Amino acid sequence: MSDRERDKHSGVETTGHEWDGIKELDNPLPRWWLIVWYICIAVAIVYWVLFPAWPTLNGYTPGLLHQSDRVNVANDMKALAAQRGVEGVMLEKASLDEIEKTPNLQAFAMAEGQAIFGNNCAPCHGAGGAGGKGYANLRDDVWLWGGQLADIQQTITHGIRSGDPEARMSMMPSFGRDGLLKPQEVTDLTEYVVFLSHRAASPGAVARAAPIFAAQCAACHGPEGKGNQLVGAPNLTDSDWLYGSDRKSIHDQIWFGRGGVMPAWAGRLSAAEIKAVTVYVHVNSGGSGAPAPAAAPTVASADTNPASAPAGQ
Amino acid sequence: MTVVIDRVSGGGGGGGESPPPGGGHGPGLYQKRKAIYPKLAHGSFRRLKWGLMVVMLAIYYGTPWIRWPRPAGAPSQAVLIDFAHGRFYFFMFDLWPDEVYFFTGLLVVAALVLFLATAWLGRLWCGYACPQTVWTDLFLYVERLFEGDRNARMRLAKAGWGPDKVLRKGGKHLVWLAIAAATGGAWIFYFEDAPTLFASFIAGEASVTAYFSFALLTFTTYVLAGTLREQVCIYMCPWPRIQGAMVDRHSLQVTYRHDRGEPRSPHRKGDPWTGRGDCIDCQACVVACPMGIDIRHGSQLECINCALCIDACDEIMVKVERPTGLIGYDSDEAVTRRSQGLKAIYRPIRPRIVFYALALAAVCGLMTWGFLQRTPYQLHVARDRNPLFVRLSDGSIRNSYSVKLVNRSYQPRTFRVTFAGAPVSRLQSPGLDPDRSGVSVTVASGEQRSVRLLATVPADRLTAALTPATIAARVDDPDAATPLLTARTMFVSDGAAR
Repeated sequence: MSDRERDKHSGVETTGHEWDGIKELDNPLPRWWLIVWYICIAVAIVYWVLFPAWPTLNGYTPGLLHQSDRVNVANDMKALAAQRGVEGVMLEKASLDEIEKTPNLQAFAMAEGQAIFGNNCAPCHGAGGAGGKGYANLRDDVWLWGGQLADIQQTITHGIRSGDPEARMSMMPSFGRDGLLKPQEVTDLTEYVVFLSHRAASPGAVARAAPIFAAQCAACHGPEGKGNQLVGAPNLTDSDWLYGSDRKSIHDQIWFGRGGVMPAWAGRLSAAEIKAVTVYVHVNSGGSGAPAPAAAPTVASADTNPASAPAGQ
Repeated sequence: MTVVIDRVSGGGGGGGESPPPGGGHGPGLYQKRKAIYPKLAHGSFRRLKWGLMVVMLAIYYGTPWIRWPRPAGAPSQAVLIDFAHGRFYFFMFDLWPDEVYFFTGLLVVAALVLFLATAWLGRLWCGYACPQTVWTDLFLYVERLFEGDRNARMRLAKAGWGPDKVLRKGGKHLVWLAIAAATGGAWIFYFEDAPTLFASFIAGEASVTAYFSFALLTFTTYVLAGTLREQVCIYMCPWPRIQGAMVDRHSLQVTYRHDRGEPRSPHRKGDPWTGRGDCIDCQACVVACPMGIDIRHGSQLECINCALCIDACDEIMVKVERPTGLIGYDSDEAVTRRSQGLKAIYRPIRPRIVFYALALAAVCGLMTWGFLQRTPYQLHVARDRNPLFVRLSDGSIRNSYSVKLVNRSYQPRTFRVTFAGAPVSRLQSPGLDPDRSGVSVTVASGEQRSVRLLATVPADRLTAALTPATIAARVDDPDAATPLLTARTMFVSDGAAR
């Protein structure tokens, strides 16, 4: 110790370390610093005793306080659920219309509805609800089964062709595959549907298909092709096409008569959750639910029997 | 001027010197604090510091008790940091959490003021305004009340424990604790309504946070101002290290004018003053120093520029009938030039001063502009991006917007939200009742409300995929500086008219 170098200016010994000519003085620590250090050691020991600290072979020392962030989070989630329960009661009690018209209830339903939609509906309808081929666009004004609040609630609760006794139910026949119509008739009908949607079509085919449409299609789609929400028959005169608007898509649809399935959510979501997601869908679609006047279903059942078309040979 | 601080022979510090522990072998593992017994100084700087101390302590202890009229529902405390409700009240201003940048601006202003003051007049902050200095001064005042001035305190420290020492020391610590408790107590009043909290605090019904903050502030005040004192400045505070970058040769600092004082030597009454300096090596400046240093070693990290050595020296100079000001505010440049026989020059306007002043003016201007732009109403518009747009059954295009309206006034307000820029044929806002030109939305006081706005444009009216649009909201507040809020957005389509 005694042969250590002593700095000329300060009179303090150096540690013997040197970097590029700069030497480190071996100054003593202030006592208060040392005291703080000892306190920290003491606190650390107390911490080991009170809190989870040391790993063991198959776990860890839990500490006397049995503190656990995992348990804390679980408790927080419980508290949150209880808090939501309060709002959920409001959701359950209020009517759909009241929920939509009351600002804080609408805000709550929108927030919860968005989460529910993202978890349950987005896989088919898309995160934004814009749908895709075969999956309905929920953001526009076209509704196969009705866009009023009660219609949407009914569809979500019981689903479409889901097997639920109260499910939305209809079946478009596979006109081509099952031999109900001849291939040429299906081709002519395709032209007729194109004609219905205000596009140029072969006049001859349209003329040939008109009686076929009146006999086979008008029962559900209406004599003018404007659809019927009671049986989920789409309006064929607008610009919205669930399975595509080109001739090939229309031909395929007449040939195979596809119909999608939407599960019933009654058992999976609570009544309040269904209400929340109903309001969410309704608000995002513009909240009117009344389709544009042109798309209103016309009275088609007067001259045709709705049951005859699906059961037709 | 380079000053080598000679700490080996620079004796006479605070007295009570003891050899470092650890025997003769090196410095030992730790260094015991050398007790410092500052002697009371008399003079203009001491009087100024007493005055400043009273003012600053009054501000600290009194501010939470100032009342300020606000509309019903809002607290009536002039200065209140309301964490529970996320508001900061400062007299006529009330800031919301998202306006925290005003705090940031205030901190930048404070930093620039500090830089400017330091470059110009040295460590003004440390010497006069720092809480550590002010509370240490207050604690020293109490110490003198119980134990007397420097010599009496040193005697008492050496004396054995008897009734007198127990009474004096005990009394001092009791008063210190009382002051510390009052300091900790005043702190919590900034965060809750002071009269209410005071009553519940006394009754033992205040929150754990309040009691914990009280205990913590009491403890730190007691320890930092009572026992740690100068060690806070020397070891804990980063500012002494930073301020070296602010001062230069022209900064006016508390300086021993060695051109006038050297060579120093003791002086007896009647001795001639020729051939020697004015410093009579009486140690008055050293014993008055609360940091326990010798100002005659020049500018040093430990010196907080408290100016008490100026008062101490001036007293002596008057007694020995020499001009006062042997220690005073002076610059290194002036002292050096005078010692070389040149005329002292002072340069208060230097590039760094100008830079700090300009930066300060710029930030102050920006802050003022920001405050003038401030309105209690806000409009935020977020356009839906999924889907970008929706084609309706008649071929028209609809875009959806989330319109957030914020009302931070004390009255419920109605916003008239309108859409302009695109030939909209229909506006929809579920739950509300819009007409062709817009929709009226009522927002409660201190609330924000999000509404969905859906705008439909007929396909034959669209000319481009992107149409710039504006969503505006007019507030029904006749006193609002800017009643019309606007947000620029877009109307998106596939661009093809059908």
